[in-house]
Amino acid sequence: MATGGNRVAVKDRVGGAARAAKLEGVGKAWSRLPQRGRSLGLAALLLGLVALYPIYVESLPTSVPVIREFPSVSTMVTVLLFTMMAVGLNIVVGYAGLLDLGYVAFYAVGAYTAGWLASGQFQQVNIHFGSVGISRDAGGIHLNIWLVLLIAGIITGVAGILIGLPTLRLRGDYLAIVTLGFGEIIPQFVRNADNLGGFDLTHGTFGISPIDSPGFGEKLNEALGLPINFQQSFDKQDLFFWSALGLLLITIFCSVRLRDSRLGRAWIAIREDETAAAAMGVPLMRTKTWAYALGAFFGGVAGALVASFNSGAFPSQFFFNFSIFLLCMVVLGGMGSVWGVVVAGIILSYLNQEGLSNIGSWLNASTPLDFEVAKYQFGIYGIIIVLMMLFRPVGLIPEGRRKQEIQEGGVAKDTLYGDRHA
Amino acid sequence: MLGVLFVILIAIWLLRNFIADPQEFINISLIGLTTGSIYALVALGYTLVYGILQLINFAHGDVFALCGLVSSSIMIGLFNLSGGEAAVVIAAGLLGTIVLTMLFGATMNSTIEFVGYRRLRNQPRLTMLITAVGMSFIVQNISLAIYGVNYRSAPELIPETPAFTIGEVSLSWNKLSVILITIPVLLGLTWLVRSTRQGKAMRATAQDQDAAAMMGINVNRTISFTFLLAGGLAGAAGVLFLMQFNMRYDTGFELGLIAFTAAVLGGIGNLAGATLGGLLIGFIQAYNEGLAIWSPGGDWTRSIVFGILIAILVFRPEGLLGERTPEGA
Repeated sequence: MATGGNRVAVKDRVGGAARAAKLEGVGKAWSRLPQRGRSLGLAALLLGLVALYPIYVESLPTSVPVIREFPSVSTMVTVLLFTMMAVGLNIVVGYAGLLDLGYVAFYAVGAYTAGWLASGQFQQVNIHFGSVGISRDAGGIHLNIWLVLLIAGIITGVAGILIGLPTLRLRGDYLAIVTLGFGEIIPQFVRNADNLGGFDLTHGTFGISPIDSPGFGEKLNEALGLPINFQQSFDKQDLFFWSALGLLLITIFCSVRLRDSRLGRAWIAIREDETAAAAMGVPLMRTKTWAYALGAFFGGVAGALVASFNSGAFPSQFFFNFSIFLLCMVVLGGMGSVWGVVVAGIILSYLNQEGLSNIGSWLNASTPLDFEVAKYQFGIYGIIIVLMMLFRPVGLIPEGRRKQEIQEGGVAKDTLYGDRHA
Repeated sequence: MLGVLFVILIAIWLLRNFIADPQEFINISLIGLTTGSIYALVALGYTLVYGILQLINFAHGDVFALCGLVSSSIMIGLFNLSGGEAAVVIAAGLLGTIVLTMLFGATMNSTIEFVGYRRLRNQPRLTMLITAVGMSFIVQNISLAIYGVNYRSAPELIPETPAFTIGEVSLSWNKLSVILITIPVLLGLTWLVRSTRQGKAMRATAQDQDAAAMMGINVNRTISFTFLLAGGLAGAAGVLFLMQFNMRYDTGFELGLIAFTAAVLGGIGNLAGATLGGLLIGFIQAYNEGLAIWSPGGDWTRSIVFGILIAILVFRPEGLLGERTPEGA
């Protein structure tokens, strides 16, 4: 099973590739450090660089070749949250080997849960619980956003179980198509559910807006100086950035710990050979359902925070293409490899948010080409997916175990899905 | 039990509508028959490929859309058809368009197989499936690059005038032509798979690739041929669709999913099943969008179609005409 040593090695490789040049000066002192201290140091350095991004982004050069400028902090918020979803999807696709083409449904459920529990959507009632920066008289349900994030995760997890239970019995490719079906139904439902027997559940194509913002309330503000309400703060992007980063780190931590847990080993066993796993006493249905529920949980939390950051949940955000976009992150990074998915997620979300259009405008300005790169972004993702599958199916930063599976080849033929002999 | 109850409820709904306005009901049924025929052609492509490779060829719907768009170029650009010519010229031009588009679709589809799927055959099936998703986006973007985001439509080659009228019910030449083209294509396909040497090779390869290879069947060629066939069907469907509706680069994605649902509904891998499923889905869509009483309306079509897909997969994964296999669904 994937051991601690394995993990350290992977982490080392990530950090090593990215930071090698900078560290040459302190090379000697560095090499005296023990292995574990070194990788910890690298991780801390990297984390520090990321965490301080909002502070030094202003002083970064503004006319960089190719990408033109460094991503703004608000872009980075979305990038981090999309990456968090990709890490969630990696639990389903990467660990358990269940192809989910409808992950956008979980994003939608999370976002709309935030919309229902923290906005003026249901004017019929007036419920306040720990809401910050909202007038007590405002109608609707206003729960504290931190609480809403948790509730959104749980509701989405339950939705994952509901979707999973009837379909996980099916063979893998059918599962893919059923999840795809749900990924299409749920967005259509939220688009149409503005008049369910006269009841406006989702406000149709207009979406739910505004959605409350996170914050710490007045008491904590006085005691510790924490911001009352993010949206009303002048540095709201930075606050959202650190919240998103915190959530992403929690997700990564949970994801790594889950992988090494009993449950995670069961997932990997199922991925490698379902029949053999069942024979060894792994309860297939329960294990797969857990993969679904936990994968969905993180998607829901991320979705809720995206909704809070955008101050709204709009049906136009939820399209099938988004599921493929997330899948592309998982495939590019390496299915099952947490660090690979994080790196690929950050790169691809950045490209999606502003990178591609910047690169496109640079390309058109500096070459005689006239080509709208951003228009073809999903074609580019398609090409990435196909090339990765053909030439490097293990991903950019492969997980050791999965690499073995692919290279052994012989075991692979029918195992990822296996047949349902059990 | 639940299924029976459900069917009874639908029957009551249809009957209620039929009694309220029989002519309208039959007209809507004819629309369903026309769209259903097109769905059937696309669904056959999914079923053929699934039968032989157990692969959901996501790119199939996009090949269909590209074929439809290409056929508009052939029709207008190559043959200069505008609808005002003599009937013989139109018939010949249309036939030429269909043949050329089928050739294009066949080439496209087998190229995708050759470039993308062939070398992944010994990999886990997940790999091929993900590649198919990627291929789908590539083909879609090829359509986008060539034809842009605007909808295209065919000139009115076949008049909307009624071919025959019974009472108040009439069927236009345009709709009739879809059915007139679909039926010979289906018959030809059935003959090809059932009665020719190549068809036998296809069935053998579908059952067991290794054993088929040992019997001297060229498995690679047989699989290529299957993709050729599927692509040809997508080409024909593309022309027919273009003559009824507008289409653009992303039409194929949704239509592909609907057609795939049709294939699953009928029992994937089963040719008659795909045809039946296509027609059923066509009817369901037409009734849902057309009937006046108690129908959810066009906003919900997609949800209903996917609801059917999920229900079928959960309760009867082998489909209406399929046989339960030892592996389950």
